[in-house]
Amino acid sequence: MEQSVGYVVKRNEKTRLVNSIVDNSMRYLLLLCALLTVVIVVSIIVYVSKNGINVFKEITVDGFFTSDYWSPDEGEFGILAFWRGTVILTLLSISIGGVLGVLCAVYMSKFAPRKIREIMKFAIDIFVGIPSVVYGFIGLTVFVPLIRKVFPDSTGFGFLPAALILSIMILPTVISISEASISSVDKSYEEASYALGATKVQTVFSVIVPSALPGIITAIILAMARALGETMAVQMVIGNTPQVVNSLLEPTITLTTGIVMDMGSCEFGSTWSNALFMMATVLLMVSIILILIIRLIQRRQVS
Amino acid sequence: MFVKIKDAIVTIILKLAAMLVVGILIWFLYMVLIQGLPVLSKDFLFGLPKEMEEGGGVGPELFNTFYILILSLLFTIPVGVGAGIYLAEYAKDNIITRLIRLSIETLASVPSIVFGLFGMVIFVIKFKFGFSILGGALTLSIVNIPVVVSVTETALREVPQTYKEASLALGTTKWQTIMSIMLPTAFHKILNGIKLAIGRAIGESAVLIFTAGTSISRNYPEFNPLSSGETLSVHLWYVKSIGLIPDAERIAAGSSAVLILIVLIINVVMNYYEKKLRFKFLGVK
Repeated sequence: MEQSVGYVVKRNEKTRLVNSIVDNSMRYLLLLCALLTVVIVVSIIVYVSKNGINVFKEITVDGFFTSDYWSPDEGEFGILAFWRGTVILTLLSISIGGVLGVLCAVYMSKFAPRKIREIMKFAIDIFVGIPSVVYGFIGLTVFVPLIRKVFPDSTGFGFLPAALILSIMILPTVISISEASISSVDKSYEEASYALGATKVQTVFSVIVPSALPGIITAIILAMARALGETMAVQMVIGNTPQVVNSLLEPTITLTTGIVMDMGSCEFGSTWSNALFMMATVLLMVSIILILIIRLIQRRQVS
Repeated sequence: MFVKIKDAIVTIILKLAAMLVVGILIWFLYMVLIQGLPVLSKDFLFGLPKEMEEGGGVGPELFNTFYILILSLLFTIPVGVGAGIYLAEYAKDNIITRLIRLSIETLASVPSIVFGLFGMVIFVIKFKFGFSILGGALTLSIVNIPVVVSVTETALREVPQTYKEASLALGTTKWQTIMSIMLPTAFHKILNGIKLAIGRAIGESAVLIFTAGTSISRNYPEFNPLSSGETLSVHLWYVKSIGLIPDAERIAAGSSAVLILIVLIINVVMNYYEKKLRFKFLGVK
């Protein structure tokens, strides 16, 4: 009898030892997984910008960013048309998709009956899942011919179809983040406003939306990051011509589409390829800056 | 009186905005399916593509899409869920944790094309994989890590604290609690993150053009992960923008419809399982 008790105790000690070894080693394995993300981000920044910076061995920094003359065959690499295209397109799509998305989020979180909210959540899930090339395909087969019909002088390619497609593409980002932030506003604010005799619309727009503003701004900034990084859908409808245009209906180009158009035709390590890597570095830096802005907004909100 | 009218008008505007969004989606799906569904047939889905003549299929591309999807998930899920568990259960508020969080947020907003170039430099050129299924899958798994991490972390944080305490009080180690209590309870929410990762993997193209390439192997099906592997999304873009196939319109319409159908099926199936699991572990519908 005593012997078997001793055996059980011994076995328990053994299990405990094994358990504590597993417990400790898993902890470090998990930390390793988390640290891997840091390693990946650092290597993306290093490898992309290292190749990009090489372009300045042959092109001046000033000339690279301010010249609008892009002709790789002649050794001319000015990316004004590219970054200008990205800026204009991002602002256009934010002003259409951002407004529509925020209005939709307000309706969803404060006005819609539960059933309708469920349906809209499912619709947004589907929106997220639609591949960019399918957006591009619709742009190409529906938007471009339509624009050509309405404006017979134009080719149908340019900022207009790209901005329309992009505004649709950023809707899920804008809606889901704004909706979450509007829904999480403290119920007591709302009740206090009603108690003061405010109507529903007054309460929503003068109490709830201002309190949710940091979240809504975060949503808009993330949507900007999405818009400036979108490649394939834009490539299919923007016309891909490296020229500075002042019309919504002339073919032009953006940073992302410039990279995707040219990367296949240049040799890795050439000035041309380095110029494309510099364009990618610019995109990377802008998206990091956008993330830092979001962090600032959130930190302010907490304090 | 005036206030009431204003209230009514604003409510109608909001309702219209919401209807417009849902309307755009329905119209979008309709336009894709009406152009693409007539194209779908057994020959189209499983047949070989043709370079210069009409009547080709998308069999190898469809196969590569799923092959790359599965390979990328094999890497994304362990690393993503692992990092998520670390952040939810172990991370202390120190500089390393802050650095990890900043990295994940940054990774989530890096443009696809930048991932594509990174994958090209690392896997295609440095590791000498060439344009390959493996290079594409690894790059894609990096793209998907942030969403899986943040969904896992949120899901674990939402598990009731009492579950965890009850388990620890019974003498289990932290790791045993995580594996047998926390993860199963949070699983239906983690599944939602995996759903997003699957959707991205199937639809992504900018990441894959310069890593998996725009051509297919001569063998079909090709299981060698070092052969080049154009996916359906890349193929759709390629035939529509660069390729010389005379019936590009047909291929593109059919591929779009296939992609949309995959997205719809994944959403419906995963939502069904999510609800079932939620009921099993939490007892609420």
